Amino acid sequence: MARAVTTQHKTIVTAAAWIVALLIFFPILYTIITSFKSEQEAIQGFNLIPSGTTESYAEVQAQSGYFHFFLNSVILSVGSTILALIIAIPAAWSMAFSPTRRTKDVLMWMLSTKMMPAVAVLFPIYLIFRDTGLLDSRIGLMIMLMLINLPIVVWMLYTYFREIPGEILEAARMDGASLWNEIIYVLTPMAVPGIASTMLLNIILAWNEAFWTIRLTTTEAAPLTAFISSFSSPQGLFWAKLSAASTLAIAPILIMGWFSQKQLVRGLTFGAVK
Amino acid sequence: MNLRTLILGASASLFAFAAHAEAITIATVNNGDMVRMQKLTDDFTAKNPDIQLNWVTLEENVLRERVTTDIATKGGQYDVMTIGTYEVPIWAKQSWLLPLDNLGADYDADDIIPAIRNGLSADGKLYAAPFYGESSFIMYRKDLFEKSGLTMPDAPTWEFIGEAARKIKADNPDVNGICLRGKAGWGENMAFLTATANSFGARWFDEQWKPQFDQPEWKNTLDFYVKLMNDAGPQGASSNGFNENLALFQQGKCGMWIDATVAASFVSDPKNSTVADKVGYALAPDTGLGKRGNWLWAWSLAIPAGTQKAEAAQKFVSWATGKGYLDLVASKEGWANVPPGTRTSLYNNPEYQKAAPFAKMTLDSINAADPTKPTVKPVPYTGVQFVAIPEFQGLGTTVGQLFSAALAGQMSVDDALKQAQDAASAAMQEGGYIQ
Repeated sequence: MARAVTTQHKTIVTAAAWIVALLIFFPILYTIITSFKSEQEAIQGFNLIPSGTTESYAEVQAQSGYFHFFLNSVILSVGSTILALIIAIPAAWSMAFSPTRRTKDVLMWMLSTKMMPAVAVLFPIYLIFRDTGLLDSRIGLMIMLMLINLPIVVWMLYTYFREIPGEILEAARMDGASLWNEIIYVLTPMAVPGIASTMLLNIILAWNEAFWTIRLTTTEAAPLTAFISSFSSPQGLFWAKLSAASTLAIAPILIMGWFSQKQLVRGLTFGAVK
Repeated sequence: MNLRTLILGASASLFAFAAHAEAITIATVNNGDMVRMQKLTDDFTAKNPDIQLNWVTLEENVLRERVTTDIATKGGQYDVMTIGTYEVPIWAKQSWLLPLDNLGADYDADDIIPAIRNGLSADGKLYAAPFYGESSFIMYRKDLFEKSGLTMPDAPTWEFIGEAARKIKADNPDVNGICLRGKAGWGENMAFLTATANSFGARWFDEQWKPQFDQPEWKNTLDFYVKLMNDAGPQGASSNGFNENLALFQQGKCGMWIDATVAASFVSDPKNSTVADKVGYALAPDTGLGKRGNWLWAWSLAIPAGTQKAEAAQKFVSWATGKGYLDLVASKEGWANVPPGTRTSLYNNPEYQKAAPFAKMTLDSINAADPTKPTVKPVPYTGVQFVAIPEFQGLGTTVGQLFSAALAGQMSVDDALKQAQDAASAAMQEGGYIQ
């Protein structure tokens, strides 16, 4: 009886998980479906069966240099993630293992910066970028992406580091390990799953960031978000082309997410409440 | 000459070219004519090997925001910008744009259609060169009119349009009598409704900048529009903009469509339109008060005052908006694909008249719009389907949302007008136009 209940429970949970997963994935699926429609089909209304034309992909390819934008997306997302980790690992380490009375406040303050609407600081940031010559530069945008994702990176790493028993670090110190050795040889290997999932999540966040990447670039540093935005047209049908451009833009990150999903899930649940 | 010498020579030439070539950055929107221009730039770079072109194509609202940010902060990111007749007078007044006084001896600025040229000039100087211009007119199905025993006059009244739309709907249940913009936005439903209001004798502001939504002319306009759309318009019309109505018309779902003249080339294109050979054209309607419900717009190329490459930028603007470019497009893609609405000579060209049956009606519509005297009663502003003040973008969209809600039945016409009056009064007070 108990077994029957468990099986029934499992079926319900599995079905619910599938429904939720499909609901979440549906907008992406519909974008992919729309990319294989003609412009006329795309605007006609809801339809899950496309004619299968690839004309939108051909037009998108002919119209824009996809690889230039793709390369910028890779450089910006990976570069900003590495920068963020370089800053966040020591920050999270100090807050996790040498907390002060103000540590929680500092963490909350860092998180609160994420609550500010980006457009509120558009002009000051734009002026800083203009005066420092960082407009349309990869390094400027890398710094920007690093800064906006830094609170999340610090928070995630802090949560992972808190799971590591302090006694292990004390034992290392007893054995004469320096601070640097402690971080490199003791802490980092233990936190690899956490760091890896933080890295993957940060790459995804940086890849998808559209506000700053569109507003602080023109040609040289423009990533795939700018590529997508260029296919919207005020006078002319564009849904199929826009969908094809979006599919091309999300494909690399979707494939990366698919292959690293085990790592991602393990890392995301690593610091969960037990 | 050995291989090494050849490579060294080639590298040196390449280096010399790279060092000499001046790159200009052009910001534009993804409209068909602009995309075509990007494809044809080999002609420009062949004639100007020392100028390299970088394109930035953006969604219209993002483009407007980006170029405004750049120009207001003198960011210097762009050397040529695609802007419209709304921005030009405002930006020229702020000294944000360079006057286009060096477009070359063979540019022939006098050939630019006068109404368009006026819309892009300030203090007698041209501040942007039109790439393509448009007004609005009626596109209608000749076959459905014939079936219903109707004859479209060249210059119809709104009363006739209302009757015809309802009759077509009654005779053809699968077809909407008329398709009009309903999607909220200063450049969407408010472009259409402001132009329509002009023909009903309404105006946004009186001579002292007092908002006029509490006047009977606006009530007549909005009552007529909402009733007509409820009786003969498509379902969910409050979400329809240019593109949605274009798709409906191309699929044969509209008896009439009043919108940009540039749409004529889309609806008459047999590759995309199922009704390509059944479309007739007429001037936008009136109510006999002396103004028609048509607008005036030109996507134009302007040079920001902050550019360091003004000479190269003017060369490009001259190429893209000159007579030679029209000939280039015609030779590569046919006369029907030439960007319309900018030069008088194009409309005198028999080949163009033959390829574009809507040519005469387009020119008549453009000439019928006067941005300096857009309304029946006097106004303190210029602009036919907009008010050329910086506050209009925000205010126009707010009022557009109210009128869109009235069309969707979420509020009454009276409530929408009252709230529009309040919003406009607040904006005018905040802007210091009224106390």
